[in-house]
Amino acid sequence: MSTATNKIIINALYDDDDVLLKGVKQVKEQGYAIEEVYTPFPVHGLDHAMGLKRTRIAIAAFLYGILGLATSIAMTYGMMIIDWPMNIGGKPSFTWGENMPAFVPIMFELTVFFAAHLMVWTFFIRNDIYPGRKTQNPDPRTTDDKFLMEVELKGEREVLMNLLKESGAIEISEKSN
Amino acid sequence: MFEFTGKLKTITIALMLIGAVSIGASFLTGGGHHEEGHHEETAHHDHDAMHKEEGHHAEGASHDDGAHHTEHKGNAHSARHNEDKVETSDFGFHKTAARANPEHNQFYTRKVNSHHDEAHLHHQLENKPWSNLLINTFFFLAISLGALFFLAIQYAAQAAWATVVIRVMEAMASFLAIPILIMLVLIVTGIYHVGGNHLWHWMAEGIMDSNSPNYDKIIAGKEGYLNAPFFLIRSLVYLLGWVGGAILLRRMSLKMETSGDPAAIWRKMRSWSAGFLVFFAVTSSTSAWDWIMSIDTHWFSTLFGWYVFAGMFVTALTVLTLLVIYLKGQGYLEVVNHSHLQDLAKFMFAFSVFWTYLWFSQFMLIWYSNIPEEVTYYMARFGEYKGLFFTMLVMNFLFPVLVMMSRDSKRNQGFVITAGIIMIIGHWLDVFIMISPGTVGAQWSIGLVQIGTFLGFAGLFLFVVFRTLAKAPLVPEKHPMFLESKYFHI
Repeated sequence: MSTATNKIIINALYDDDDVLLKGVKQVKEQGYAIEEVYTPFPVHGLDHAMGLKRTRIAIAAFLYGILGLATSIAMTYGMMIIDWPMNIGGKPSFTWGENMPAFVPIMFELTVFFAAHLMVWTFFIRNDIYPGRKTQNPDPRTTDDKFLMEVELKGEREVLMNLLKESGAIEISEKSN
Repeated sequence: MFEFTGKLKTITIALMLIGAVSIGASFLTGGGHHEEGHHEETAHHDHDAMHKEEGHHAEGASHDDGAHHTEHKGNAHSARHNEDKVETSDFGFHKTAARANPEHNQFYTRKVNSHHDEAHLHHQLENKPWSNLLINTFFFLAISLGALFFLAIQYAAQAAWATVVIRVMEAMASFLAIPILIMLVLIVTGIYHVGGNHLWHWMAEGIMDSNSPNYDKIIAGKEGYLNAPFFLIRSLVYLLGWVGGAILLRRMSLKMETSGDPAAIWRKMRSWSAGFLVFFAVTSSTSAWDWIMSIDTHWFSTLFGWYVFAGMFVTALTVLTLLVIYLKGQGYLEVVNHSHLQDLAKFMFAFSVFWTYLWFSQFMLIWYSNIPEEVTYYMARFGEYKGLFFTMLVMNFLFPVLVMMSRDSKRNQGFVITAGIIMIIGHWLDVFIMISPGTVGAQWSIGLVQIGTFLGFAGLFLFVVFRTLAKAPLVPEKHPMFLESKYFHI
């Protein structure tokens, strides 16, 4: 009965992260799909309990770092060897290889710069939280001291309601949209 | 409780015997006279000549020409120097270009042309067994001291995660007294030149006496710090401070087992650790200057102490990790989980990078400024030691960075063990390259004697560590941070 377009989402509000974590585990055990969980701070072990896949941002960061390193090598080579050959430290060899120690700080900085900045943008895009985006938070209290779990309804409504109530939810409502 | 089995005892004692035989052999063969049929006609890296020349130029001339002219005096290579000069004089870098090529550098390849040089070569050969001892003594001292530093950090920072492996750190630190005592023997024999010990050049006779033919103005200027009594006193202070710290922390930690209020002891340990760290901050640098940097007496580097410390700390962390993996593999330390192991591996990774950072900081400034007094240090290492030098860099930087970067490899014991062994060998080579150019110059070799001595020290180290481990419960269950460490999860 539930398709992608008209699935019913139930919001359960918690006031304690440990209770929330237990609730997430119980709901998962009963075979419900958890859409999203909103918390005011990172809850340790929550991603594992929700069954989220491990992030691949480390791999992305490594590739961005390689890209930064390559850029810095190309940049120093172009600027300091080809375009405007420099006598570095009284050693005018005019080759990149022999002047490499002088370029290491640049290589290091650009590696870090590329890895860090591109990682942040990747994170924004993958999580739909780029600047200027309209907020999707269903309940502003989750930015203060409450925790909210979105569960997709499946089967009897009463069963899920009871399960959530038993797990310690202080408020249960249907998502209105 | 860890049991120091008969089998382990046999292995460690066998290693010690190998070490004893190696050290004995190195002294009996007269410091390698017979080892490789050394070409006595060529004195590489002539240390004394270097001193003389820099002495000259410091007396009168500026760096630019004074040193260069003295170089040319009676130098077989002066013709080649001049060729370089003509080719490159447009850029005004003739001096450095000539020096940058080891073949053109008179420090390394000048033919023996005086009695003095022969005497110096003789010293280098006599130094070989001593240098070998110093390298291994310092290497294992550093492992032990690094562990003690890490132990003190745990208390001073009120860190909890590593509490489950704190006994292993204590055991590693308990070894500290032995290498320092060997170091004292090396120093005393060095002062009196017993058995041809000329490790520290500034201890040479008459070197600070302006009437002596051996006089060296630069070294004489350092007499206020580099003199035998003060040197010995400093080493004794390190002995007292470090071994005292190790014994104190170990004793208080064992007291927790029986005490009714372990938290009170823990708070006291925190103050003692903080105090020890202040002492360590100063003495880790000064001991590196004393024992290692003063070998190349003319040269100095302001961050040498931290560079040595970085190597010391990363080696200690590596040995700690390997010991923990070994103990876990033997069925001990069940409380150690993947998170602990990953964090230990993280430390190995991080401090490999830290070591590289300091290594490079020291290298790049000297390379960039290209001042003869400073650059001599790396000239020696890019000359006779070039292969070792770059091998060491790859082992200590590229290898750990690439192998241990990802989370999965940090959690894979095979990766960590492989990387750990490579890093231990790499940092041993690092110590070797720090010490050898100044003590044995081109007469260095890494053969059975050097490997045997390393194994001997390793045996002694493991013997002491295992014996200490067996004396107390392996897991400090009374430690106030124990529970937090037990459930540590990342």
